[in-house]
Order: sequence, then C-alpha cells, then structure tokens
Amino acid sequence: MPKPGLDKVDKILEKDVAILEGMDISGHWNRMFEQRVVWDYSTEILERITSLSGGESLGWCYQCGKCVPVCPVDMVGDYGPRKIYRKVQLGIDLFHDPDLWLCTTCMNCLRVCPKEVNMIEIMPAAREVAVQDGNVPPELQKVFENTAKYGNPMGESPRKRAEWVKEAGVPVTILPMTPRPVDVLWYVGSYPSYHPRGKDAARAMARVFYALGVDYAILGHEEKEDGDSIRLAGEKGLFEMLAESNIRTFQKYSFNRIVVTGPHEYNAFKNLYPQYGGAFEILHYTQFLAPMLPQLQKMFVKELPYTVTFHDPCYLGRHNGEYDAPRKLLQAIPGIRLVEMPRCRENGYCCGGGGGGMWLDGFSRDFIRERLSDRRVKEAVEVGAEILAVCCPYEVSRFEDSVKATGNEGKLLVRDIIELIDEAMGSPKTR
Amino acid sequence: MEYIVLCKLVPDLVEDLEVNSEGTDLDRQFLKLVLNEFDEHALEEALLLKEAHGGRVTVVAPEADGVDEVLYTALAKGADRVIKVTGLGEKLSNKRLAGALRNFLPSLGFDLVLTGVQAVDDLDGQVGMLLAGYLDIPHVGVVTGVEVEPERKVARVRKEYAGGLLGEFEVQLPVVLGIQAARQPPRYAPITKVRQAMKEGKIEAVEGRAPLGLQIQVRRLFKPEATGHAEILEGPPEEVARRIVAVLEERGLLR
Repeated sequence: MPKPGLDKVDKILEKDVAILEGMDISGHWNRMFEQRVVWDYSTEILERITSLSGGESLGWCYQCGKCVPVCPVDMVGDYGPRKIYRKVQLGIDLFHDPDLWLCTTCMNCLRVCPKEVNMIEIMPAAREVAVQDGNVPPELQKVFENTAKYGNPMGESPRKRAEWVKEAGVPVTILPMTPRPVDVLWYVGSYPSYHPRGKDAARAMARVFYALGVDYAILGHEEKEDGDSIRLAGEKGLFEMLAESNIRTFQKYSFNRIVVTGPHEYNAFKNLYPQYGGAFEILHYTQFLAPMLPQLQKMFVKELPYTVTFHDPCYLGRHNGEYDAPRKLLQAIPGIRLVEMPRCRENGYCCGGGGGGMWLDGFSRDFIRERLSDRRVKEAVEVGAEILAVCCPYEVSRFEDSVKATGNEGKLLVRDIIELIDEAMGSPKTR
Repeated sequence: MEYIVLCKLVPDLVEDLEVNSEGTDLDRQFLKLVLNEFDEHALEEALLLKEAHGGRVTVVAPEADGVDEVLYTALAKGADRVIKVTGLGEKLSNKRLAGALRNFLPSLGFDLVLTGVQAVDDLDGQVGMLLAGYLDIPHVGVVTGVEVEPERKVARVRKEYAGGLLGEFEVQLPVVLGIQAARQPPRYAPITKVRQAMKEGKIEAVEGRAPLGLQIQVRRLFKPEATGHAEILEGPPEEVARRIVAVLEERGLLR
C-alpha cells in the first residue's frame, strides 16, 4: 500500500519500445502512471459527512471549481467550497477544522454549482455534530447561551426588548400589554431591539408605519430571536426551541400578516417555521412598503442629494429571490442617485454576518486576510457612493465598523433603507 | 471516584436589581435566578476529573426558582445524578445550608466535594469550609486546578497567589474544594441534550433538615453613594493636553 501523502505519483512506467496491436507507440506517449496514492486516503470523514441528513451532497463535488471565484471567503483567505471536498478527501477532520466555521452560508457557490453541492445544508449538518460534541468556538458558545437564556444573542434583558419604543416619537402598540386584532404583526428582531444603530432603524420604521397609518403592533418582551443564524451555526435544538416559542406567541394574537425587519427572520418564518406548525404570510419590510410607494411618495418632504449604492442581503436576495423591492424604494426617494457595485443582485458579495459569521469575527480573523465587510465597504467607495444602503439589521453595525477600519470615515455613510425613507419624510412624529 | 458538586442559584445581573421597600433585601418579584458562575466552574472541573479517571458526578443544589433547568443542564453536560434539597426556604444562610448538607452527603459517599469558592449574592464563601469542618475532613479554597491520584487517594490542587505565584498542595481524600476556576471554560450544553435530559432525566429530591441557628440580619441594603468623580477635561486639544500634563505633574506622576 502506498503511504498517503502529498506526492501524487508513485512510479512512472515508460517502455523504450512499445508495440500495441501491431502499432509502434514507442516514446513518451506510452507513459503509464501507476495508481495514485490519492485513492488510498481514508474516506471515513467524507462518509461521515455524507451520511448526515443534509450532508449528502458533499459527495457529489467533481472539483470543477466554479465556486472558487464566487465564494466571498475564498477571496480573502484559503477557505473555499471546492477545497472542502478536497481536504476532506485528503483526510482532514472537518468536525475539528477551522474551515467548519468560515462558511457564511451566502449561497453563491450553490447558485453556480452544476452538481448542486449544497453548503447551506452541509455546513449546518456538520456544525451540529461539532456542537453536540461540545466543540464550539467560545464566542459562539456565549451567543448560544445568551439566546437560550434571554432570547437574544447579546444577552440583554428580555424585559427591555421594547425599550426603544420610548424614543420613537410615535405610539407603538405592544400586544402583550394591549391585545387587539391588527392587520400587521411587526416582528422587530433582536438587533433592531437592542443594538444602538439597530434601534435607530426600529424607530424610523415605527414613524414610517405611523405616518402611513399602518394598523400594526409588536410583541414586546414576548418576542424572541428567530434563530435562523443559530440553526446555520449548528445549534438546531436551540433553533427549534425558539421556533416553537415564537410560533406559540404568534398564535396567541390575531393578525393578517407578519412584516419583518430582517432577511434572516424572513427566511426562518417563510421557509422553516411552517415545518414546525407556524405558516403565516411573511413580508420583508421592503416588500411591504414597495406597493405603498404612491402613498409614500406624496409624503416625501426632503431631498436626499446623495449617490447611494445598495448591498443585497444574501438572505433576501439569493436565498429568497427579492432584489427589486429595496431598489424601488431607494429610487423613489427624491434626490437619490442609485449606483450598483459590480458584485450585486444574484452575485452580491456577502457582509460576513450570515450563518453565524455575525458572532465569529474573533475566530475567523486568524484565517482571513480581510473582513468581508471591509472588502464590501471598499467596493462601495470605489463606485463613488456616499451612502451604503442596507436592509438587514446585521449590516449597519458590520459596515459602520468597516468604514472606520478601512479609513473611510467621513467618505461613506451606512444607512438602513428605512432610515433614508424616514429622513425623506422629515421624521414624522406625533403632533 | 465519586464527585459531588454543590451548586446554588443567584440573582441574574442582566436584570436591574431593585431594593425592596424595607431596604433590607432585593425586590424578588421580577428577579431571575441563574447558576452561580463559580459553581459552574466547579461542575466543569468535576466533569474533567470524571473524564480522566472515571467515576460519577452528583450535583446537589438547594431548591430555588429555575433550579430544575440548572440540574437538567448539568445532566446534559455529563453529570450522572442530580439532587435538589427542598424545604430550606428562600433566605437560606450558608451555615444552615452546610448543616443540611452535612446530614445527608455522607450517605451518598464521596471522594471529592467541589463547590464554587463563593457566590456573588452573599460573598460569604463559607459553605465548603463549614461542611469540611462539620465532617472533619480537609478543605482547600480558591482552587484553580485539580488532579487526583485515585490509587493513592490524594488530590493535588493549585492556588494562584498574588504577585504571580502558584502554590501546589497535596491533600488526602475525601476533601472539600472551593473552586475559583476550572482548567477550561465551562462547556456548552446543546439544547437537544438539555431537552433530552428534561424528558429522560430524573431530579431526586431530598428534604433538607437543619436548625435555623443564629441568623445574621441585614440592617440595610442600598446602592453605594458616589464619593469621587471622574473629571472630564474639555476644550481644544492643545489646552486639554496642557492640563493633562499639569495634572500628572501635580500628582507626582511625571519624572
């Protein structure tokens, strides 16, 4: 048995004179290679992954490499979807390898993969094994523990989930306090509830809803983290606990549809919660507001004379096919000139926050040259944007950090689309 | 080897603490309780010892709001047996707790009792010492690492001293240890395992018996009154810089 290693060829056979079926084929074209050692690597890990529910498709990879130029992490480091198969084939234990935590589940590799090797299922399945074995990066462990205990990843008091309402300037109905049937249940989300910049977006949303006369309410302290990124980071049990709890809460109240602030909860509620008995009509806020544009446009009182570029959130765009609603809203705001970054829409770059990446910056910094959000901010600056518009609550904080880290402070502002709409409406408050 | 881990729940500092109207205790109406962090380390250290030498880990905790969840989580992490001590009441002094433990721990049989070095709610740190005293066995507190030699029936424990010194002790088993930190951060208990423990695990209940004894009365519980304040220097950078230099000079911090 040849020993596994990196030397690929054990022996070359080349005959001085070779005659095959009467033809003289002497010369180096008769060169024969003996069995390559690659055939002798252990397939144990590969088989362990492909035997997981969700892990099957890793075995389908035929190494074409179409995923290489589109993987946002491959661009800044040694990680790559194609390499995962190859490394596992060479005997790397993915369950204990840093590569396990680097995929942001942005889905760009699956988009181009002719074999439909599905990292969006492979990674969570393999991560689940690691989590069950207690092998979790410490910063992610803290997030799991916080979310299990408090219902939000940052470990804030659940009682303070609706504190942002106090400074919204408009009345906001909190269902557990004043239950009543409403048209729209607005699921605010953890970052808009607690993160200082997220709260700005939440307040802007409340003002815009108020001005439009939307019949809506929020869940206050009864709302919990949606759990989608938790699931993708490998804690499926926690996701299920959150899903069951949120569905029970939703079912307590009477409403026609759920409007969400973020793409991750959109993905969870639309595509996963129905499997747990909670099927509701779900709209991302850009999808909810876009059809109301005629009404909105009459309310714009301020021009925003800026060049704006838009970052497609992976979980609104690639995962759920919505590219137009955010753009329609941006283009309707007076004064805004929308420019596109080269990587946009289906090929949009990832901010690095998906699939648990939001909570792994400290871990992944040792394996990448540059944060994904840093790279994206540079792309925004390159196309001459003054404002980087986003509509995912992970992104404002990520990109604002990156604006500072890349020395672009003063050159580029990061704004949620709802903040821009609110500003163009003159921040309508209760009179 | 038989390991007993003593755990206790303390107020969760994520919620704002309010003092009750009498000013003698916390307002417990909205208080959320969590496992005392040092006890979490004691459990981790016991689990590490069990992994290295085999044996059983038994977790013992006085009854409190949320104690079931804590005990199921301990099972999910790898504890073999969990026991809650009932009937001791809400305002439980450490002396009374140690008295109750003394009455039934010997019936469990143990080589090591591990407990957090102290709890954040009373900063008393005496349960381990009192228990060791009652049972007439050795006690070492503020421990940051434990190794055992089952054949020789001894434990080697480490303490961190001020000034960057480490002390190593050898102590006969059975022993009571006050754990400051485990050798590694407490492990994660995946929710599926916790839920499985809730379905399949069993919490045993033991009625705690101990005389009330002498009680320490809290005279007053209050928020500290601020005495000194930070001074914020404002103005143009040059002026602020000049004032910083002046302040440093004035306090003899410049050479």
